[in-house]
Amino acid sequence: MLSDVTLGQYFPAPSFMHAADPRLKLVLTVFAIVLLFSAGNFAALAVAVAFVAGGILLSKIPFKLYLKALKPIVILIVFTSVLNIFYGPGEPLVRFGIFRITRAGLLNSVFVAVRIVLLILASSVLTFTTSPTQLTDAIERLLKPLAKLHVPVHEFAMMMTIALRFVPTLLEETDKIMSAQKARGADMESGGIVQRVRALTPILIPLFVSAFRRAFDLATAMESRCYHGGDGRTKMKVLHFGGGDWLLTGAAVTVLAVFIALNLLVPGTL
Amino acid sequence: MAIIETRGLGFTYGVGTPFEKKGVDQVSISVEEGEFLGLIGHTGSGKSTLVQLLNGLLKPTEGEILLSGKNIWAEPKKIRDVRFRVGMVFQYPEYQLFEETVLKDIMFGPKNMGLSEAEAKECAYQAAHFTGLREDLLEKSPFELSGGEKRRAAIAGVIAMDPDVLILDEPTAGLDPRGRDVLLSQITQYHKTRGNTVLLVSHSMEDIGRTADRLLVMDHGKARLLAPTREVFSQGAALGDMGLRVPQITQIMQELARLGLPADPATLTVEEALRQLIPIFLGKEETSCSRT
Repeated sequence: MLSDVTLGQYFPAPSFMHAADPRLKLVLTVFAIVLLFSAGNFAALAVAVAFVAGGILLSKIPFKLYLKALKPIVILIVFTSVLNIFYGPGEPLVRFGIFRITRAGLLNSVFVAVRIVLLILASSVLTFTTSPTQLTDAIERLLKPLAKLHVPVHEFAMMMTIALRFVPTLLEETDKIMSAQKARGADMESGGIVQRVRALTPILIPLFVSAFRRAFDLATAMESRCYHGGDGRTKMKVLHFGGGDWLLTGAAVTVLAVFIALNLLVPGTL
Repeated sequence: MAIIETRGLGFTYGVGTPFEKKGVDQVSISVEEGEFLGLIGHTGSGKSTLVQLLNGLLKPTEGEILLSGKNIWAEPKKIRDVRFRVGMVFQYPEYQLFEETVLKDIMFGPKNMGLSEAEAKECAYQAAHFTGLREDLLEKSPFELSGGEKRRAAIAGVIAMDPDVLILDEPTAGLDPRGRDVLLSQITQYHKTRGNTVLLVSHSMEDIGRTADRLLVMDHGKARLLAPTREVFSQGAALGDMGLRVPQITQIMQELARLGLPADPATLTVEEALRQLIPIFLGKEETSCSRT
């Protein structure tokens, strides 16, 4: 079913990570990704892994769900790391035909796999523990300096909020329409590519019709409540940078220091 | 003979996530062939989940469903045949219309069953007739119809498959009073003519009281009661505990009976009530006067 996709979904729970300031979480996610991709050796990579693992532990969300988020990209991970095995420089360990496997290639493929996995995990920590509204709030706040350059930051944030808000609604709607058409014998699981694309018509047309209907309804509802954009608008839930957030910042700074030291001192593997 | 039988049927949503929720729990019921069964329960009581299990749109997490004595999930590949035999009209079915013309949309089901163009057309015309859809509307685009007409077209789309069991989930929701009455009498008429089994899910006790032979009452995912309509509606207090009530006319008649008038407390429709009340008020007016 469509609702089985966990990637990008929010799971409410009473945890340290859920309570943390979404702005900080967003920045730290970017920070973790930068760490992952600037790690030059396994020691530095381990620090980045530990940092993401800490976030996972503090989120109090069952690890099973994180594994579920990885599921859709397993093929991508396997594909890229297998490809990497054959593209290492240096003395080949094994050689068959035009293929040659080197030590560097093997190490590189492990490195790439770890990076992609952690990239997904790090962003999952963010989306699992932050509601879409909080997330767009954070983005709006972080991009606010751009408003000075006449970038319509608030409008972008509002569009994102609305888009995210309607993802579950439209998923549910799709599910409903699919059920209704399946009840009339629509067959979506068999046949060739042409047949399968054709089988989507009974779902896409009602879905578009209802998406437009919802958009018009929403526009009317917003207008009847005198919505006029961002100027002078206050927030009901003001973002608050609290004690826990300072702790998290401290941890990140420590991690950064250790990471830089290891990256410089330990000889690179690549 | 039972056409549908469930044994220890259960369904849990979102297994393995924090959103895990029991939709239907240990339901063992049997639906008799040719009966008109009403299904009532407050919002979230598991009605919609149950009916989706019955036609194979959801796969039970526990228990089994027998259709004419055969487990519907015995051969998962043939589940489509089950869906043709157990026709399902969803809530607000007008949102499923998609074809260029109403006729083509009604023919969608029959054609999926493998009928020829001509046969499917024949089924569609018959179904349109049953739901009272005027023939000149059939060549129009479904998006040009009025709300009530769209509803009829969507219901016709399911009836056209001539299912042995027809499930209707809140078919009258959002219709005006006249539209409600007409649609309900068309459904009862269809039930009488074709002699197949009809399962009506509704929040309107009046609708249910007028149409159903037996009632199934759902509460928190469990089947609480399955009995003839009059018997269920005589248990006003138990229904009240489950967030339901008896039809208004039944309430009035129960109150009158309590006051000592010869009113049947199991009256279900206004017509029945009038038949009892008119003689009372015309004949022995003193009975009511002496009481007041």
